[in-house]
Amino acid sequence: MTSDPPTETAPPASGNLPEPIVVRRGRFSPRQRQRFTRLIQYAVFVVIVGLVAVTADWNRLAESFFNTEVIGELFPEILRIALINTIVYTLLAFAFGLVVGLILALMRLSSIGPYRWFATAYIELFRGLPALLVLLAVAYGFPLAFPNLYIPGGGYGEIALGLGLTAAAYMAETIRAGIQAVPRGQMEAARTLGMSHTRAMISIILPQAFRVVIPPLTNEIILLTKDTSLVYILGLSLTERELTSFGRDAMTQYVSLTPLVMAGLLYLVITVPLSQLVRHLEVRTARKVGSVQH
Amino acid sequence: MSSTDTGRSPGTVQTDDPRSLAVRIRGLRKSFGTLDVLRGIDLDVRYGEVVCIIGPSGSGKSTLLRCTNLLETPSAGRIEVLGVEITDADVDIDAVRRHIGMVFQQFNLFPHLSVLDNLTIAQRRVLKRSRQEATRIAQENLARVGLSEKSQAYPNQLSGGQQQRAAIARALSMNPRLMLFDEPTSALDPELVGEVLTVMRNLAAEGMTMLVVTHEMAFAREVADRVVFMDGGVVVEDGPPSEVLTSPRQERTREFLHRVLDPTHLTRDELTGEEATTDSVAS
Ligand SMILES: Nc1ncnc2c1ncn2[C@@H]1O[C@H](COP(=O)(O)OP(=O)(O)O)[C@@H](O)[C@H]1O
Ligand SMILES: [Mg+2]
Repeated sequence: MTSDPPTETAPPASGNLPEPIVVRRGRFSPRQRQRFTRLIQYAVFVVIVGLVAVTADWNRLAESFFNTEVIGELFPEILRIALINTIVYTLLAFAFGLVVGLILALMRLSSIGPYRWFATAYIELFRGLPALLVLLAVAYGFPLAFPNLYIPGGGYGEIALGLGLTAAAYMAETIRAGIQAVPRGQMEAARTLGMSHTRAMISIILPQAFRVVIPPLTNEIILLTKDTSLVYILGLSLTERELTSFGRDAMTQYVSLTPLVMAGLLYLVITVPLSQLVRHLEVRTARKVGSVQH
Repeated sequence: MSSTDTGRSPGTVQTDDPRSLAVRIRGLRKSFGTLDVLRGIDLDVRYGEVVCIIGPSGSGKSTLLRCTNLLETPSAGRIEVLGVEITDADVDIDAVRRHIGMVFQQFNLFPHLSVLDNLTIAQRRVLKRSRQEATRIAQENLARVGLSEKSQAYPNQLSGGQQQRAAIARALSMNPRLMLFDEPTSALDPELVGEVLTVMRNLAAEGMTMLVVTHEMAFAREVADRVVFMDGGVVVEDGPPSEVLTSPRQERTREFLHRVLDPTHLTRDELTGEEATTDSVAS
């Protein structure tokens, strides 16, 4: 084919050839320029850190942030009461939110109109309201409005309800997305085997949906852990205090920042491993979903 | 198994029904919105019969099959399956579906369950069989499709052909009296088609009543008692494979066959002279 003489159709008119792109070359190649910029960034960063390190009054800082005497006073109550209560409030609100969220998700997907409308209204309402307002309404507003209302579990029940109502709205949307991520053929295969809609939901759809939903639900636990700090506004009794209210009281008592620092560290003890877990689960789910049959 | 049925209540399947028709469809219509997909279908399937449905894509084959177990709700018409009129609004469709196995193009195994659990879950939850009995029946059916070794595997560890055979075994574990197949080999790599067709051929030889949507003309020709050609939501031609596949009366059937007939599935001498000449033109 190399010996073919050019025919009149083969060579395109030279005017149609794309213009070669013009690259303006400076004194430095792009790579050199990039390395130079990065070097400057490092230098600025090191100078700032160095300045802070030199000018800071380290003794003073240690005194404020990690006053060992104050730390000694905080223990063991900060663990035995505050940390435990933070965890208990989180788990109660999560359990309540999970159950209500699951029900709302199923209502959202129901073929019965009023169920769908109710769930949609609930989700929009509670996602739109500040969690603090809902908490206040449950703890103070409801008793005013309904003097005979009894919330089981006393303070714990109020907190589970006050935080869980909001969490349920978010979890409902997460769970609904998880259910919808299960291919339609799964429900059809289950129904074809004679399962009722409910049975297929329980045995086939929800187990698959929850695999997808575990990472975002773990994220929800992290958010809830931090949101339990809102209950400080409820004026808790000594044994009901969680990390933030405990830290605040101790801050006033010892006139020191240290209690808040300790409370903050204990939040991180809960949330950092959880977010690591989420990351791990997300990678695993992504791999699983990727390899599953279509 | 529920062999002690006392009295006929509407919606329960009479497992000793004397009538010879497993499926009787009359005037079936189905539309999705303004789209008329099925436009008056009449179809009979006798017990023990294998009926293959062929036809161009979009002609309503899947919809017809899915109406047969009410995965789609018919817009009009009457469907009797295993002696029960399932288009009756009072029918307990779950009770009817127990007796109708269905195999999908995409297998639809449950990915979160092992192969064995895929086969036992409905036996246990729907038929209320004990774990031991369900497991025994599951193992029998896995052996039937050549997957005894794979009972502990998960679906995503199986090849497509193995997945489809497991799906067939899952349906068989419910002891169905009718099996519906919707293009069971269309999602498979070509080298895996044979193993699934072999299982289906054996099933047909055992006398299973089967309604099969397929593009495998060689299979239809060999296994089917009747071939139904559908186009545009109607049954165009219905008869023994020797007639419908070899000397179709309708021009539309002829055109379709010319388009799909693949020389690797049907040798030339299997075709009549007329087919052979046109086929050779096409190839
Ligand atoms: N659930 C549905 N909603 C709307 N249209 C549908 C639905 N299912 C099938 N159809 C349409 O009905 C027609 C027939 O589909 P189908 O029965 O799957 O045909 P076939 O199986 O013969 O290829 C197609 O045009 C398809 O798009
Ligand atoms: Mg189809």
